[in-house]
Amino acid sequence: MLSVKTDNACHSRSDNKKRDFISDRTKAIPPSGIRRFFDLAGQMEDVISLGVGEPDYSTPWHICDAAISSIEQGHTAYTSNTGMEPLRRELAGFIQDQYHVEYDPASEMIITTGVSEGLDIVIRAVTDPGDEVLVIDPSYVSYSPCVTMAGGVPVPVPCTEKDRFRLSPDVLMEHITPRSKVLILNFPNNPTGGVMRHEDLKAIADVVIDHDLLILSDEVYAELTYEGHHTATASIEGLWDRTVTLSGFSKAFAMTGWRLGYICAPPDITAATLKIHQYVMLSAPTMSQYAALEALKNGKEAMQEMVREYHLRRNLFVDGLNRIGLPCHVPEGAFYAFPSVKGTGLTDFEFAERLITEAGVAVVPGNVFGNSGIGHVRCSYAVSRQELTEAVRRMDEFIRSLP
Amino acid sequence: MDDIDRSLLSLLEEDCSTSLHDLAVMLGCSDEEVEKRKANLEKDGIIRRYSAVINWEQVDKGSVYAIIELKVAPERDHGFDRIAARISRFANVRDLRLRTGTHDLQLLVKGKSMQEIARFVAEHIAPMERIRETATHIIMKTYKENGVLYVEREDGQRLPFSF
Repeated sequence: MLSVKTDNACHSRSDNKKRDFISDRTKAIPPSGIRRFFDLAGQMEDVISLGVGEPDYSTPWHICDAAISSIEQGHTAYTSNTGMEPLRRELAGFIQDQYHVEYDPASEMIITTGVSEGLDIVIRAVTDPGDEVLVIDPSYVSYSPCVTMAGGVPVPVPCTEKDRFRLSPDVLMEHITPRSKVLILNFPNNPTGGVMRHEDLKAIADVVIDHDLLILSDEVYAELTYEGHHTATASIEGLWDRTVTLSGFSKAFAMTGWRLGYICAPPDITAATLKIHQYVMLSAPTMSQYAALEALKNGKEAMQEMVREYHLRRNLFVDGLNRIGLPCHVPEGAFYAFPSVKGTGLTDFEFAERLITEAGVAVVPGNVFGNSGIGHVRCSYAVSRQELTEAVRRMDEFIRSLP
Repeated sequence: MDDIDRSLLSLLEEDCSTSLHDLAVMLGCSDEEVEKRKANLEKDGIIRRYSAVINWEQVDKGSVYAIIELKVAPERDHGFDRIAARISRFANVRDLRLRTGTHDLQLLVKGKSMQEIARFVAEHIAPMERIRETATHIIMKTYKENGVLYVEREDGQRLPFSF
């Protein structure tokens, strides 16, 4: 019989003096202020979480089934670095069809392991030490740390409520210096739900061209646009050559766990980014690529169904927030509402902390997404209508309990 | 019938107990407009009735459902319609459809016991003129009905927070 030796002498911790191995670059990244909220939510029962940044739907079954059969057929090896050719071809058609932007699947496209990987490697491919990267604020939490890790300097550019959370050309101009090189956009926006319409993008295009900037446009929420149709940054005249479009399957097709995204960019930037991708990732997960191919071919109906439902929930939830005295601008995209909590007399952190402990509703304080988010909280409405209604009821009760 | 009507119908199909006000907010129109649209859809017979989806198997262990397939000789000028109308009058016939395949009519019948269903077929259905053949299939378990799952499904857990 085999016995397992439990003597741990071989790996005991010791008090040997060692130097501090953590790099300065990593130390420069501030710790996430949100950890304790995770712990609070974990300890409590009956919490309605509006803190999630992913769909509440499971991936449509025909997509899962395509991945399962790809495994059954033994398609479990690496794919080409850029991703499966049929997937890139299908994707090029999808992007052209939906957003009227043309990309060559052979030289202007890389399938990545989520948009997260895409962001990281593109930022690394274009950033030299000291380069300033303009990052809209508030925005998704990864942009600035990725810039820092690449040796760049993130420069927040506020998109405030008075501009309906859009980027105004004047504000952009104020933050440009001779070191500015890259502008990171994310519309529809996480956390505000703000959307840049065609005319808004046109207005910043001149500034971008005048100052010879490159745009990294994270459009992962593009399909979740409720008023009119999404305008792709690269579709604006003069911007195709200086735009990298990043997107993925997570939000539109409810595929967060599959970790599948893509980069579309002019050929020189694609080639440079591909060098990094092939060394750090080799290729995106093969079974996920089969799933994505099925999503593009036959998933549009299920996607539209989910988008319709988010739209209804948005109306219901935003109406509820405004009714209970949390002023909320109507988010035109994504699945987040970003109400102001200033009227309660609490900071966004206090509000979020007390709301979860006293009312059992989890939201994310706005300053997690940058200084311009201060005084707001991010509420995801990717939860059922019943839960949304109950969350509004609990929030109402909580606000009434405040002095 | 416009997009708002269609959305209203799917909202009601999913949960007809949703308040008029919530429906109006979601659809972006006034309470009065929703009320009017609803009334029109009722009047036109598009909305047939409002009901709850009940898993009777869980309540009423004694009831039995059976699918009964019938081969029927169609009538000149009337096809299957007259015999279908006759069969549909029985209260225990829950569903009745004309279909393609080996049989013509398909019924879903509810009964208290297998014997009761057997008796119904033998006494009421099989002896009807023009019925050539019957095939009775007792339902053993319902997994999904009208788009609603009846079996517990373990859905993946989401993290309480993610960005």
